[in-house]
Amino acid sequence: MIEMVDVWKTYPNGVMALNGIDVYIEKGEFVYVVGPSGAGKSTFIKCMYREEKPTQGSIIINGTNLAKMKERQIPKVRRKIGVIFQDFKLLPRLTVYENVAFALEVIEESPKVIRERVMEVLDLVKLKNKARMFPDELSGGEQQRVSIARSIVNHPPVVIADEPTGNLDPETAWEIMDIFKEINTRGTTVVMATHNKEIVNTITKRVIAIEGGRIVRDEAKGDYGYED
Amino acid sequence: MKIRTLKRHFVEAFKSMGRNGWMSFASISAVTVTLLLVSVFLAILLNINYIASQIEDDVQIRAYIERTEKPESYDGYKQELEKLGKVKEVEYQSKEEGLDELIESLGDEGKAFSSLKNENPLRDAFIIYTEKPQDTAAVAKEVEKFKFVNKVEYGKGTVEKLFKVTDVARNVGIVLVLGLVFTAMFLISNTIKLTIVTRRREIEIMKLVGATNGFIRWPFFIEGFALGVAGAVLPIVVITVGYQAIFDIVNQKLGTVFIELLPVTPLIPQLALLMILIGGVIGVWGSLTSVRKFLKI
Repeated sequence: MIEMVDVWKTYPNGVMALNGIDVYIEKGEFVYVVGPSGAGKSTFIKCMYREEKPTQGSIIINGTNLAKMKERQIPKVRRKIGVIFQDFKLLPRLTVYENVAFALEVIEESPKVIRERVMEVLDLVKLKNKARMFPDELSGGEQQRVSIARSIVNHPPVVIADEPTGNLDPETAWEIMDIFKEINTRGTTVVMATHNKEIVNTITKRVIAIEGGRIVRDEAKGDYGYED
Repeated sequence: MKIRTLKRHFVEAFKSMGRNGWMSFASISAVTVTLLLVSVFLAILLNINYIASQIEDDVQIRAYIERTEKPESYDGYKQELEKLGKVKEVEYQSKEEGLDELIESLGDEGKAFSSLKNENPLRDAFIIYTEKPQDTAAVAKEVEKFKFVNKVEYGKGTVEKLFKVTDVARNVGIVLVLGLVFTAMFLISNTIKLTIVTRRREIEIMKLVGATNGFIRWPFFIEGFALGVAGAVLPIVVITVGYQAIFDIVNQKLGTVFIELLPVTPLIPQLALLMILIGGVIGVWGSLTSVRKFLKI
């Protein structure tokens, strides 16, 4: 499903973010990525949806090697990976419905299919009744649910989330986690970078800890392992 | 690309124009102002050119023939003149015809010369037209060398001055028009850039969701074209109404004088088409160059 072999990433300014990462993530797994700030978590995540290109090594997702891919193939790969961000990244001038539909318009889906699928995922994230609202009319948790809906609307095999609960209050964070659990139960691989100790320790899943650009711990039913 | 995707791009383009109302207005105004100037200058330039070539076409060389020459050999001389380079046409004018022409051109006062008909002081002449009016002086010099030629007249001095004036007018006009077009491009691309910078985040998000560059570019392409063409509307109206009015005035009041303006058709339809074209091209160019920067994410 996801395979990284000897991945190194050095930024042009000399920062060595990843120093030889080897990891294999099975289809249908739920993986937390933890570690202190600046340890390379974000770079690790960004390499998975090809926002960053590794300096060395190979990253194979859904059978495609992201490290060797041409620029113009990037959109095709991203359509098979749902990405969720801490700051939601919703299009401010589009309604909830339009934001979710956008991911399907991009792949030139028929209007009928778009309507069906959008309503289906909005139902899953319980936002059907707010479909006509704009992002700035929603709470943080609701906005994050829209972005989750957008990321899964074309049924990608992998969902990657970079601190999805980072901007949310604890109660809302739990609601979001329920949705991730639901997505995972339906067979989607979930990779989530997080700082939320409570969540990692309560909903126990595989934990990968990154420090200094290396994987220092990889446990099947791990805990958060940091004090912050 | 599917038809419904194209439709979607059009809908997106017009939606975004509506949602960015003030920016659209600013872009259209920028196009309008510059195209207005361009069209006025172009109309002036084309007319200067037209008038200049009317005057230039009237430039001719008169080669007067020695009185000692016999009319039988005139045909041969004419052929010799025609063989000179840069000569378009040679006409023979007998001294009688020359006098008639002179009398006619002087109107009432000319009648006084009628008495000269029996004792014509003029000479037979060849009238030479050059291929390019600018060659007049050079050809005149050549003609002067022939033995059968008594005297050459071509408005020495005046002709050179005339050409200098028309050349300067043309060059200044071209420079002005080009300068204006470049200013327009700069102005418009800047305005459009502003609208796009505010949408930078949107472009970034679209890319993250897996939109191809082409998919993102299309609405901008349509929007740029529409803004450019919309900006051409007012200049076309102004130049059509304005030129018609000026044309009427000039033809009524100055109709008797030798100058004449370019006719309204085809000048105005051609200018209108050109304005739409320039507007559309700079609109598209402006939006595409601006959007390109943000596509490298």
